[in-house]
Amino acid sequence: MSIIRPYGDTTGDGMVQLSFTLPVPHDKRAEGAAVQLANKMGMDPALVVHSKPIGPDFTFFVVYGPVNHLVDTSKVEVIERDYPLLSPKEVNLAIRKGLRRRLTVVGACIGTDAHTVGIDAILNIKGFAGEKGLEYYREVKVVNLGAQVAVPELVRRAKADKADAILVSQVVTQREAHVLNTKEMSAAFREAYAEDARPVLVAGGPRFTEQMAGELGVDRVFGRGTTPGEVASYLVDALVTRRHAYRLHSTRSGVA
Amino acid sequence: MKKLDLDPVTVRKARSLARKAGKPIVNLARQHTTVSVERAVLRLAGLTGADTEGIPWVNRLADTVRADVGLDHGLALPVWDALLRGEAEDLAVLAQKAASGSVTFRMPEGRDAVRARSAARKAAAAGMKRIDGRRRERDRLIKRHGDPEQRPWIYLIVATGDIYEDIPQAQAAAREGADIIAVIRSTGQSLLDYVPEGATREGFAGTYATQENFRLMRAALDESSKELGRYVRLTNYASGLCMPEIATLAGLERLDMMLNDSMYGILFRDINPIRTFVDQRFSRQIHARAGIIINTGEDNYLTTADAVEAAHTVTVSQLLNEYFAKEAGLEDWQLGLGHAFEINPDIPDSFRLELAHAMLARQLFPNAPLKWMPPTRHMTGDVFRGYLLDGFFNLVGAMTGQGILLVGMMTEAVVTPWISDRDLALQNVRYVLGAAGNLHEDFRPEPNGFIASRARQVLGESVELLDRIVDDGLLNAIGDGTFGLMKRPQDAGRGLDGVARKSSAYYNPAIELLEEGQ
Repeated sequence: MSIIRPYGDTTGDGMVQLSFTLPVPHDKRAEGAAVQLANKMGMDPALVVHSKPIGPDFTFFVVYGPVNHLVDTSKVEVIERDYPLLSPKEVNLAIRKGLRRRLTVVGACIGTDAHTVGIDAILNIKGFAGEKGLEYYREVKVVNLGAQVAVPELVRRAKADKADAILVSQVVTQREAHVLNTKEMSAAFREAYAEDARPVLVAGGPRFTEQMAGELGVDRVFGRGTTPGEVASYLVDALVTRRHAYRLHSTRSGVA
Repeated sequence: MKKLDLDPVTVRKARSLARKAGKPIVNLARQHTTVSVERAVLRLAGLTGADTEGIPWVNRLADTVRADVGLDHGLALPVWDALLRGEAEDLAVLAQKAASGSVTFRMPEGRDAVRARSAARKAAAAGMKRIDGRRRERDRLIKRHGDPEQRPWIYLIVATGDIYEDIPQAQAAAREGADIIAVIRSTGQSLLDYVPEGATREGFAGTYATQENFRLMRAALDESSKELGRYVRLTNYASGLCMPEIATLAGLERLDMMLNDSMYGILFRDINPIRTFVDQRFSRQIHARAGIIINTGEDNYLTTADAVEAAHTVTVSQLLNEYFAKEAGLEDWQLGLGHAFEINPDIPDSFRLELAHAMLARQLFPNAPLKWMPPTRHMTGDVFRGYLLDGFFNLVGAMTGQGILLVGMMTEAVVTPWISDRDLALQNVRYVLGAAGNLHEDFRPEPNGFIASRARQVLGESVELLDRIVDDGLLNAIGDGTFGLMKRPQDAGRGLDGVARKSSAYYNPAIELLEEGQ
């Protein structure tokens, strides 16, 4: 079944809940306006279950009702995970065998962002969602530069530490700063390195979507809820499995 | 309100260790000055404005003097010597001439030095008098409009980036019940080595702290205070590279609370430790004088370190902040020591642990208006669950008699608060305070129960950590990542080039006036 509707308590009832504020005083007309908006969003009938004034000029609504839209799951586009999910043990083993040295990851919050929650969740041994961070992996060397790192400094440290991968995090952002910062970062790395020697560039943060990798000039984007294990597995895939395969292939065709 | 049976000997030991750990830092701070401490003197003396590039005249003047005679003697003597020599009729003209290179500074000696010293002192004293006047004005307005009826005071954040958007939002928030309005600063201001000028309409995730923005917002909240019949307090941030100047501007414009943590800049902004400690001490002295309540930033440690494992680092930092604050002349009622509700809600007994930690802070600092900060780290985007978590946060606040309650938003980590988020959050606070605000009268934890034991354990771990810090030195402890897991060595970090060791000829009239007043 690829055609579905939202589920309240009966299959096919299409029920959704919605809350919003309108810039109008709280009265009957305001409730009517809320119903009109909900109708236009496809909710019919729309039941205003709660409305409350917020000061003299605004009204807050909670609306319930069925939506008349159908969802076709076969037409949903997502980036499926295209690498195998590995345990820490498997990650370590793959690096040891494939790289024959430790894999170096340099991480930072770039620009003026001081919120290290994201990068720390992935890098700190403490980890996230019950998974330990990359510092826990014996074969991964982690250099966490912390917050508000300037891009040139990040490039300098990446070279000094011979980074295999760069992880940047952008949490708090306004006026698309996270996009601009990340583009600046990827451009700087592309300028500072030959393409085949460039570290893998990874951007993460709640405001990014996976589809943005191309626009940002990075190799991979991780969004909200990413766990350290996913990042580690991706790095193994990109730096060990694929690069290894690429090099074998290149050698054979005489390019390397 | 002695509810936890804490061993008074252990409590005394903790305080005495904090003093021992802090004393060398105070000595270090006294031996050094910074560009921003020196610029604060110029601001006290009334130098304002910026050049066409937006660089403040205090920076232009300070940079020229520094290039001519260095920073180690302080700016006061060479600057007022130049004025006495007739290089310019006032500071503003002197700054312009300095910027264009048409004046050379020297270190005055003998009678010239005595005269420069006295002129500088007179100029700084005029600024100090304005700060004193602002403090009396606040006392008068509080008397006229009154303090909030309830404790904790309700603290709400405004942050649009545009001061002219902030003002109606702040006034609306005050109408909705906020007792304290905090205007979050633009991200990155902490790393600017100058204070921007004028009213600003563009900021990232916050609004620039400028003297004019301070003035505009305070005037707006004075209107609100009158309208609402309670004095609405205004908060900003004395942190980052310019904190001595920002503290001075806060005193001049009658801000009521300032974020002012002894170690925050070091740990979370990678500002050089010595720079921070020197700037901190001056800022605290100004806040003491101006009657400003400081807010410390212990909540931040728990956003990077685990709230259970690192609970004692919060207590240690509170004790250090208390020592540093009192040393600088701040009184108990001015110490908004921070702590936060950041324990992972999935671990068993998380609420009891939160209660234990909050009660420990309350009992260790019985006369301080503690600042209780809402969950951020475990706000997942599930706004419904977040709303419940904020309710439990409010309940701990009510049960433990917190002084200042920063209102938690269910949309934390999702969006900057919408008007409805703020309204729902305030309903949450009002419900909990109304329903359980007096619960602390009935609530006594079992003397040997989970909460009391946990509080004793955290206090014990704090004493152990303080012992190690005293042995190792606070600067080394910071270098080792003791707080918030951040490692910050003393010879690195931003702003180090703006630090100078004071010479024997050093003179700073502001520090002299502040220390005489203590």
